[in-house]
Amino acid sequence: MEKVQQIVGRARAAFRSGRSRPLEFRIQQLKALQKMVQEREKEIMRALKADLNKTGPNAFTQEILGVLGELALTMEKLPSWAAPQHVKKDLLTLRDEAFINYEPLGVVLVIGAWNYPFALVMQPLIGAIAAGNAVVVKPSEVSENTARLVAELLPQYLDKDLYAVVTGGVPETTELLTQRFDHILYTGNSAVGKIVMAAAAKHLTPVTLELGGKSPCYIDKDCDLAVACRRITWGKYMNCGQTCIAPDYILCDPSIQSKVVENIKATLEEFYGEDVKSSPDYERIVNQRHFKRILGLLEGQKIALGGETDEASCFIAPTILTDVSPESKVMEEEIFGPVLPIVTVKSVEEAIEFINLREKPLALYVFSNNKQLIRRVIAETSSGGMTANDVIMHSVLPELPFGGVGHSGMGAYHGRHSFQTFSHHRACLVKDLRWDVVNRVRYPPGSEEIMQL
Amino acid sequence: VSHLQESWLLGKTRPMEYRVAQLEALGRFLDDKKQQILDATASDLGKAPLETELSEILLCKNELHETLNNLSRWMKDEKVDRTLAMQLDSAFIRKDPYGVVLIIAPWNYPVQLFLVPLIGAIAAGNCVIVKPSEVSKTERLMAEALPSYLDEDCFAVVTGGVQETTRLLENKFDYIFFTGSPSVGRIVMTAAAKHLTPVTLELGGKNPCYVSDTCDVTNVARRVVWGRFFNAGQTCIAPDYLLCTLEMQEKLLPALQKAINDFYGPNPRESPDFGCIVSDKQFQRVQRLLGSGRVAIGGQTDEAERYIAPTVLVDVQPSDPIMQEEVFGPILPIVIIANVDETIDFINSRERPLAVYAFSSDDKVVNQVLERTSSGGFCGNDTLMHVTLPSLPFGGIAAWERTNGKFSFDTFSHPRGCLKRWMGRESLNAPRYPPYSQRKFGLVQATSKVTRKSDCS
Repeated sequence: MEKVQQIVGRARAAFRSGRSRPLEFRIQQLKALQKMVQEREKEIMRALKADLNKTGPNAFTQEILGVLGELALTMEKLPSWAAPQHVKKDLLTLRDEAFINYEPLGVVLVIGAWNYPFALVMQPLIGAIAAGNAVVVKPSEVSENTARLVAELLPQYLDKDLYAVVTGGVPETTELLTQRFDHILYTGNSAVGKIVMAAAAKHLTPVTLELGGKSPCYIDKDCDLAVACRRITWGKYMNCGQTCIAPDYILCDPSIQSKVVENIKATLEEFYGEDVKSSPDYERIVNQRHFKRILGLLEGQKIALGGETDEASCFIAPTILTDVSPESKVMEEEIFGPVLPIVTVKSVEEAIEFINLREKPLALYVFSNNKQLIRRVIAETSSGGMTANDVIMHSVLPELPFGGVGHSGMGAYHGRHSFQTFSHHRACLVKDLRWDVVNRVRYPPGSEEIMQL
Repeated sequence: VSHLQESWLLGKTRPMEYRVAQLEALGRFLDDKKQQILDATASDLGKAPLETELSEILLCKNELHETLNNLSRWMKDEKVDRTLAMQLDSAFIRKDPYGVVLIIAPWNYPVQLFLVPLIGAIAAGNCVIVKPSEVSKTERLMAEALPSYLDEDCFAVVTGGVQETTRLLENKFDYIFFTGSPSVGRIVMTAAAKHLTPVTLELGGKNPCYVSDTCDVTNVARRVVWGRFFNAGQTCIAPDYLLCTLEMQEKLLPALQKAINDFYGPNPRESPDFGCIVSDKQFQRVQRLLGSGRVAIGGQTDEAERYIAPTVLVDVQPSDPIMQEEVFGPILPIVIIANVDETIDFINSRERPLAVYAFSSDDKVVNQVLERTSSGGFCGNDTLMHVTLPSLPFGGIAAWERTNGKFSFDTFSHPRGCLKRWMGRESLNAPRYPPYSQRKFGLVQATSKVTRKSDCS
């Protein structure tokens, strides 16, 4: 593997050449990416299956559909996003040109995660290319098949010097982080997020951190429980619970707890059949380490549903825990698995207090027919993003910024927010060299009359 | 810090009425303490009261009025476009306050750089701790007087030097806004990383000022002198050094001298409109820089008064000490280049600055410099003015985010993506649920697609 320093150096030299600045070039690269996704779909799906047992329409919807959508949107909107934005002028600048110029930052580093290994590398890459940057991509080594494929495919379709892939684990990433970038977008956990930001601080590099946390899901007594539970089941158990914005745990009144369990159970049968393990639509835990970690969270808990596991295939059945204590291990860390704890609360006030005492989550969910209640929950809590009466869906709308707050992250991307994140917004004022008469007001020596003016 | 964190959790700072009341109190503070502020800044920086009124007090009042006039609009949820599948839903961006914000203010514009971020942070609904510069008497005054105007449960001023600031930074904040040098900026960001706290860093750099051969020399000289020697050069966006040809230098020198005379008289030391260096330490640092090149204009100093005359240096080499650090004083070094291409290469071979200035009667030249360089902001044919427009963001490249007006409000707000869905029409969701089939998949694709306009023909 070529030295990291050389790869980054080449990207920087390529950026300095200026060839990534014209919009035509960027659109051409995006078109090539589109071609890559369309032509090599089968190989991408094969890699996803090998890494996470993701198959068929499921894998396509989760990883490829969103990417194609982002590509189409970006190619269409790029000219309008990139156009200088003329701004309101005042009396002193009436004769001048004042605008915000959107310029590339330079060399961007994108560090992907293993749970949506293709999408989480491609989506930031699309935004960074659109904004005119050179990009170094570092896919997660945990999803090794996808990482290898990305390293193989990108150079076949994109400008080899401007866009590079660096594969490897902790040592390679650590070395990468010693290099100077103009923006780093990292998707992963908070612990590593801190390391990335500290490394970025040495070069004063801005960062976008897409982290995680425990996304709470409050179910009000006043709601269509069957519908709510179906939507929650879908969002919780997709990708075997390994989704940063999955509803992590449920908060509800003790009186509806058993109904919630019943409804989810019924939905699970609908989705995966009697024997979950043999359903082609149910994924697996990514590796042994995470399998063991999630297993550990079940200790001492009341298992109302599921609990079956198979270490050899990293299979954990969809599981629900009831009457969970807020102090237990399963309520301390992000679960990132198909285990759903229910913590009972007596009121929405208690739920809001519970949520606010903990780290700000990446997503927040509330199910209720009561619009006032929903408005209240939004107003009195803080989270990266949120969806009411459904889960996950706010991340699907490209117009909404996707990102965290507090421990769940900083910055955002998707759609035009990606373009903004990866651009420098440069304030520009172009004046006329004549007409210094107007300027006399501001020059010394000062006087009262001039001040009044 | 924990007191403010408690108040934050109680939600005190969220309602608009509360924010308006605090902002109005800030306005009263400015009115009541105006004279004392003018006196203190005169003592700190030798600022003419007129200059202080304009560049500090009036500016803050304008920011206050702009904020109060527009706050309800800025606070509104921003509705966004939806896909076909979401037509029945409500999708919007909610501007949430971050929580407890820390503002670290510098000494060079003690009122403006203290209050403007504070206004933005309050407007956005946060609790705020301000750490003013210990170097500035003005800020010490503000530190003492301000708390009695604001709600002490939600706003505090913490004074102190390096030690106290280091301890302060160990606490967890929800946002940190720092104005100062890049080296301290690194320290702030490293401390913020421990708590995953987002930051805005308003730093500095060496702002190049290119003067082409085709220009109105008199006007250029006046605009450059104004920008360079304002506040005795202690302005983060001041033109730091000049780039021009030898021929232009010969024409510029007399014009610069004339402008200095016009503005400050034959002996600037006696001019009420020319300031002094803020401290002995800074004075000594700037004085050392006089050793680079050769003094063509000015060069006189007086340690007792912390006075350094408006100075222009020539025969400056890129390797000289004055070209290695931000000058931040009333000295303008001139570096000779052959043409605009050499200028652009010179600028691009150095760290990206907070501002780039280019003077030329030829629009094409100005545009070339704009297009081929990178900087926080850009001003063609003038200096400093791009930051006076509230509709333009103010910030650098290594500095993230932007301040001024709505930009301040947005800096201190977390944009939260919100989607409110309908519980009904559950059948519409059916395609997304397992078990999966090709038919279901086709439906999902159709309702969530964004097609390229050209594809539809």
